[in-house]
Amino acid sequence: MSNPNHGPDAYLREEMLPEMPPPPRETGMVKWLHENLFSGPVNAGLTVLGLLIVWFLFDHFYPWFAHSVWNASSLPECRKIIAETWGEGAGGACFAVIRERWNQYIYGFYPPGLYWRPTLVFGLLFVALAPILFSISRNIRRIVLLTAAIVTVLSLVALNTPPIWLGVAVAIFAVALLVAERRQMWLLGFSAFYPLLGVWLIWGGSFWWIIMILAGMGFGSLAFIIAGRLSPLLAGSSAIVVTLLVWVFLSGDAAKDAENLYSLAIARVDSEAIGGFLLAITIGVAGITMSLPLGIVLALARRSDMFLVSSLAVIFIEFIRGVPLITLLFVAQLLLNYFLPPGTSFDIVLRVIIMVTLFAAAYMAEVIRGGLAALPTGQYEAADALGLDYWKAQRLIVLPQALKISIPGIVSTFIGMFKDTTLVAFVGLYEPLKNISDAVRANIEWKGIYWEPFIFVGAIFFIICFSMSRYSMYLERRLQRDNR
Amino acid sequence: MSQTPMRDVDPDQMTISDEIAIEIIRMNKWFGSFHVLRDIDLAVHRGERIVIAGPSGSGKSTLIRCINRLEEHQNGRIVVDGIELTSDIKNIDKVRSEVGMVFQHFNLFPHLTVLENCTLAPIWVRRTPRRQAEDVAMHFLEKVRIPEQAGKYPGQLSGGQQQRVAIARSLCMQPRIMLFDEPTSALDPEMIKEVLDTMIELAEDGMTMLCVTHEMGFAQAVANRVIFMDQGQIVEQNNPHDFFNNPRSERTKLFLSQILGH
Repeated sequence: MSNPNHGPDAYLREEMLPEMPPPPRETGMVKWLHENLFSGPVNAGLTVLGLLIVWFLFDHFYPWFAHSVWNASSLPECRKIIAETWGEGAGGACFAVIRERWNQYIYGFYPPGLYWRPTLVFGLLFVALAPILFSISRNIRRIVLLTAAIVTVLSLVALNTPPIWLGVAVAIFAVALLVAERRQMWLLGFSAFYPLLGVWLIWGGSFWWIIMILAGMGFGSLAFIIAGRLSPLLAGSSAIVVTLLVWVFLSGDAAKDAENLYSLAIARVDSEAIGGFLLAITIGVAGITMSLPLGIVLALARRSDMFLVSSLAVIFIEFIRGVPLITLLFVAQLLLNYFLPPGTSFDIVLRVIIMVTLFAAAYMAEVIRGGLAALPTGQYEAADALGLDYWKAQRLIVLPQALKISIPGIVSTFIGMFKDTTLVAFVGLYEPLKNISDAVRANIEWKGIYWEPFIFVGAIFFIICFSMSRYSMYLERRLQRDNR
Repeated sequence: MSQTPMRDVDPDQMTISDEIAIEIIRMNKWFGSFHVLRDIDLAVHRGERIVIAGPSGSGKSTLIRCINRLEEHQNGRIVVDGIELTSDIKNIDKVRSEVGMVFQHFNLFPHLTVLENCTLAPIWVRRTPRRQAEDVAMHFLEKVRIPEQAGKYPGQLSGGQQQRVAIARSLCMQPRIMLFDEPTSALDPEMIKEVLDTMIELAEDGMTMLCVTHEMGFAQAVANRVIFMDQGQIVEQNNPHDFFNNPRSERTKLFLSQILGH
């Protein structure tokens, strides 16, 4: 091979080397321990210290959990049982309060005979979400729907649901399960109708209201189609105007007349009666579903070339972000009444939902703007060069990618918003953490109980927030499109 | 400049009609106060293959980006297929759907499969039924010789394959004019050939092409006109034979000596 013509360093490979496995090294548990926990004296010391802290915490709290009492009708009774079983002076949790008062933590002061209504709404939430959140995997969709169906129907039976409604629930779940197998997009129709159904079932009243609201939307879309022949801008605005006009001037009277003619009413429940996790989840779900589209619109507006549009978006976002949520809630509670025409009563839960939505939307807009900014300009240029107009480019090219990039931030905002629902305590609503616990403690039997309710409420919040976090990780994995 | 080997072409086979496809008259453009394009006059006939060369910053990319109004010109006229580019958004969208563009960095949509990349614009802009759009897309994917990748995502393809998908994506709109903005500059040498071969086939089919490129081999083989730009203006244009063998301006000679010199 050492050909003098090629100089002393010339070299020619005559055979390509085959692929070889990496050299065998120590593997398994011992290697992992060595590398991660005991790689040096400092590391080993920290490991021992960490173990000691964990042991200390465990040692401190375990007896409290181990001695917990689930069957008692008051705190003194709990203490008596603990003292009798574990000796005088032993500490122990009194989770009996949860067993006794779980209904208040879940439903607030909702009439106990009607507990089935919010329960049904919660169960149907999964049907409404299935085609949106679990559209990619039929298997997961099936598991979610089946679990929701079984748990909901069993709960409804336990809550003495009227047979007709039990039948309705079973029918909806059965149809949803079937439709989800083949034509899941049809479920989106249910998702669109779900908010109205949920509001009606939780607050009660006449179903004619719901029909009239739908009628208003119907007239609105009619206007959209007719005006759409002239110009797209006119179509959008006339649809909104017509819908509002129908709602304001026609729907109320029409609903009353129809109700007198043929009653479709169920028992009304006041907003003040709604509390506990029913309240937190209602505000949370409504806020989440409305703040995402609003946030998208705000983010697009902020990046708009039109000066007026972008400055309005900037002013709105910066104002809302610059003010504590509590301030907005106080505005909702007190000031809004000054601005509204006298005599209009405007439901406090609705006002709070609007404020929480606006608050979350401002944060959402900034998170999504980050995603939009992360897209290379080439994507916009390619969309332009193919002749896609602004809205099509946003919908088909820009937003799918920007939202995917923003998933962690969006879900963080959702989680933050959901936890912030506890702040409605300050406007006197019975959220689970403070006001429900106060109400429970107001009873002499449970005076002085603090830790157990906090742990219970905290655990439920954790389960919900952690689920959202896991879902976002699942979604990120599923949307992974390159082999990096 | 390395000369990438290409398959043989016979430029005489490609016919040029008298019809004018693009007409640019005394067009000027500024970026802020920087005068990027100065008094550009250019008429492109249907079927012409024009290569635009020049040092970086000479405005050649900006020029072809003005033709589908990715960049806005400040004065002068640009008429594409009889439609003058003004701020009228309808005209712009119409021109854009008639003019295909291929970018240096491909700009495929990473969240869509190769097939979806190709059918998106026909379905949403031309309102072609999905099945028909897919048939057209498969036809062009076969033409660029990657039909087997239709179900993959762009991130799973090599650079050369991505660029060929980008060409197919443009062709699916059945454009009458194709713009190429340094289509091979981001590619490994081994992948340049596959993209150039695709472009040659396109030229043989009679496509009107404007191509910004440093591939002088491609210019010699395919172009019927080479335009040399410097400092925002057209310095020299000629047929490739005379352009490479008898450059007239000093600036062109210097440029050619630098890119062909080694």
